[in-house]
Amino acid sequence: MSLQSEIGTFVAAVLNYFDTAVQQPAVVGTPYLALGKAPEVFDYTGMIRISGKRKGVVYFTAPKGMLSVMLMRMQETDMSDANLRDLVGEVANTLSGNARKDFGRNFIISTPSVVAGSSTTIGYSPDTRPIVVPIDWRAYHANLVVCLN
Amino acid sequence: MNAARQHRLLIVDDSNIMRRKIERSQDIPQVEIVGLAGNGLEALALHEQTRPTLVTMDLTMPEMDGIECVEQLVGRDPDIRILVISALADKATAIEALEKGASGFLCKPFTERQVNDALVKLIEN
Repeated sequence: MSLQSEIGTFVAAVLNYFDTAVQQPAVVGTPYLALGKAPEVFDYTGMIRISGKRKGVVYFTAPKGMLSVMLMRMQETDMSDANLRDLVGEVANTLSGNARKDFGRNFIISTPSVVAGSSTTIGYSPDTRPIVVPIDWRAYHANLVVCLN
Repeated sequence: MNAARQHRLLIVDDSNIMRRKIERSQDIPQVEIVGLAGNGLEALALHEQTRPTLVTMDLTMPEMDGIECVEQLVGRDPDIRILVISALADKATAIEALEKGASGFLCKPFTERQVNDALVKLIEN
């Protein structure tokens, strides 16, 4: 499987989440390589780590405002930190599910984890080049970052 | 309790927003929600107290995962009907859940209609 189709699997997971759970589509921007500096991390990040045939990390990072409006669209009234963490965790969960479905047993995928804080550093191997896929929804901007060797 | 409600539903998911979404989505008149659990161990404890006839079950959870919980619930009550609701959409996971005794499988993310349709199927089957 090519890197392009591997990225497509993760992009499809995020778009499906917006289509189905949020019921309002998101738009994918032009992907780019994060060279020279680490990709921007927003307020909440849901990530999965991958090992096996490929190694690395894949994460969805979004600002609090975007996640709060997503929760509203999902009829949720509680915008607490716990629910915002839950939401990015659920997006990461779908990244994991799509990867298991499309990649099979060649990839070992961790349980999704969540970190909060835009000053967070997401660790990845220096021999990988993170690919940033901008995700735009309403007036908000999030990133899907795929960092696999 | 409403006598017309013949089915008692326990919702099991480690995500609060997912538990609440399933709770809000459920609009089948015959179904009464009797409990919400955040992991398999809580589900087993609530099963003792509430004796559900239907369960929605997440798979990836702390303490005790959904597959083990399905197996234990079916061991306690072979007639219990369990709908697995998970983002782990690969065939092997679905087959494993069904082999352990689950009655249906719904992939996350889902719409309100999808969860209701899946619960109706579970009841009718």
